[in-house]
Amino acid sequence: MISRREFLQASIAASALYGISGFGNWSKLSAQQALTQDDLLRFDTFGNVSLIHITDIHAQLKPIWFREPEWNVGVGDVSGKPPHVVGKDFIELFNLTPGSADAYALTYVDFEALGRTYGRMGGMDRVATVVNAIRADRPDAILLDGGDTWHGSMTSYLTEGQDVINVMNKLGVDAMTSHWEWTFGQDRVREVVAGLPFPFLGQNIFDNEWNEPSEEFEPYTWFERGGVKIAVIGQAFPYMPIANPGWKFPEFSFGIRESRMQEMVNEVRDQGADLVVVLSHNGFDVDRQMASRVEGIDIVLTGHTHDALPEPVIVGETLLIASGSHGKFVTRLDLDVRDGRMMGFRHKLIPIFADVIAPDAEMAALIEEERAPFKDQLEEVIGHTDSLLFRRGNFNGTWDDLICEAMISERDAEIAMSPGVRWGASLLPGDAITREDIHNVTSMTYGQCYRTEMTGDFLKVVLEDVADNIFNPDPYFQQGGDMVRIGGLGYHVDVSAPVNERISNMTLLSTGEAIDPARNYVVAGWASVNPETEGPQIWDVVENHIRKIGRVALEPNTSVQVAGL
Amino acid sequence: MLTRRDTMALGLGAAAVTLVPGMASASAVDEAIAAFTGGASVSEGGVTITAPEIAENGNTVPVEVDAPGAVAILLLAAGNPTPGVATFNFSEGAGSQRAATRIRLGGTQDVVAVAKMPDGSFQQAALEVKVTIGGCGG
Repeated sequence: MISRREFLQASIAASALYGISGFGNWSKLSAQQALTQDDLLRFDTFGNVSLIHITDIHAQLKPIWFREPEWNVGVGDVSGKPPHVVGKDFIELFNLTPGSADAYALTYVDFEALGRTYGRMGGMDRVATVVNAIRADRPDAILLDGGDTWHGSMTSYLTEGQDVINVMNKLGVDAMTSHWEWTFGQDRVREVVAGLPFPFLGQNIFDNEWNEPSEEFEPYTWFERGGVKIAVIGQAFPYMPIANPGWKFPEFSFGIRESRMQEMVNEVRDQGADLVVVLSHNGFDVDRQMASRVEGIDIVLTGHTHDALPEPVIVGETLLIASGSHGKFVTRLDLDVRDGRMMGFRHKLIPIFADVIAPDAEMAALIEEERAPFKDQLEEVIGHTDSLLFRRGNFNGTWDDLICEAMISERDAEIAMSPGVRWGASLLPGDAITREDIHNVTSMTYGQCYRTEMTGDFLKVVLEDVADNIFNPDPYFQQGGDMVRIGGLGYHVDVSAPVNERISNMTLLSTGEAIDPARNYVVAGWASVNPETEGPQIWDVVENHIRKIGRVALEPNTSVQVAGL
Repeated sequence: MLTRRDTMALGLGAAAVTLVPGMASASAVDEAIAAFTGGASVSEGGVTITAPEIAENGNTVPVEVDAPGAVAILLLAAGNPTPGVATFNFSEGAGSQRAATRIRLGGTQDVVAVAKMPDGSFQQAALEVKVTIGGCGG
């Protein structure tokens, strides 16, 4: 691992840029005294352009717990580089104070204890307070939403994203890009976008029939601020029809489309862009590679992989900004743009501590209004947990251990599979589990829990395939999820091995026997990308299970052994 | 063989395309190239293949080949049981020497294009296209 000092010097030395990140200021302060809203918002306005970035809120309108990953393995050239640094290494790399509010916000270390000290994070009413404060300081700040906005909660499911759309419109978004938005179907996307007061960007959204850029969505949009011409190019999630059900948006194709990205950058530069911003849902490693290969991008506002970094990562002269997920953070990025180029920056990843930042009253009222029709359903207590429930991490997390346990029990299966998505809020030991909490980790438009048979051979194919989507050393082959979570089956994974050679020692946990390649196993799972998948909704399966057990108490899961680190 | 279409709902998606029996042998690809070139040597470069890094649907993968000045381009799917896809011939009046089509890929493999140039020389390029089960997008 490289130290923070080397990391910053290496990046700044390679660049003519002058830059500052403001994260450390409140970090030191918070170790000594109580945080205040003023501390969190303090920012010496800089240059002539302000960008505000928020991404991957996954429809979380209310404050939540969200435990950052304990496992975030980088392979190949990015091994040990941010964001593939977690826990104590992260604290050391970014010079944070252990046990401080920032260490709590950015790492998993002592999550439960620090959570009780510092409280929940996020809440779009708190985000509104921060955005309004930045706009009070810089009225023409540009608010950019990186997507995965409309999906991820019970209310967003029941309203097809409308609750979040209303909130984001009130917040005053200036442009967005997309991913899970498409899982509501292409007709719903079209219907919403027709009414959005801002563009829904994607240079890589193609018409599937003609394999040409879609005429329905703009590749980029323009802003003029203080005499500076700013082009914002959108990059939707490249692997939409692969990672999510393509049958819900059959008329569209995506992909990285690196050469077209270069064409778009050239096009806006030719039209006089002084600053080129890419609003991306590629995932951090894909963005890092794209920034190294496409010339002329000043800023990449990254998304999809849910990384929160207190400093920009600099590739050549391109800044990569990572603003976290679930409304936990908002990035403010002030830029000095002169003579057609970016001369310097000031950056701050603002953590949204729900107990410190006052909710904006109007936004709080709107959120309550959106929740009101469903309030009784949302807040019904289904059970309690004695275990910390979290999802995020490359391998199994406790939420998915519980979900897999529910599927094995409720669907009478030997093995269960839960998709390795990176969204889903956490719960602390002792918390009640409401119906809303269950939906926060299961909500989707294709949540049917199927029951089928798979051979041992095919189970290995599945594990190898998903592993290659995470651990392929070429970032352009990474889809940005985590490993599929497995119940009832243990395995070893060598993350550095080549494709189809990473998985070994597959064991049926109930008997301790090796998985037989030729035998059929009864498997339950959810989130199939295939049409006409049959079964009860996964949230109902989980709810039934929790009702039966009353209190959740999970044993430590050691079923996945990782090598090749 | 399991295909995307046939496989039942599997939560992660539906295709065991990585275990395709009867993958083309290296010799089938070499033979196809030799038949096109008449055994002449082939240099690298001069041909651009455009295809997705990961196929959205292995049954219909858009592939474009571009070889400025070529009189013909041979397109092969090196990992398919039958690797031959197409040979595009360009007359003298062709405005460009570029062709686009959609092909079926039975699994992750190289797409190979060999261009015949007016002077009788040959150039080639290869590009790996991954075919995956899908699912699990974060």
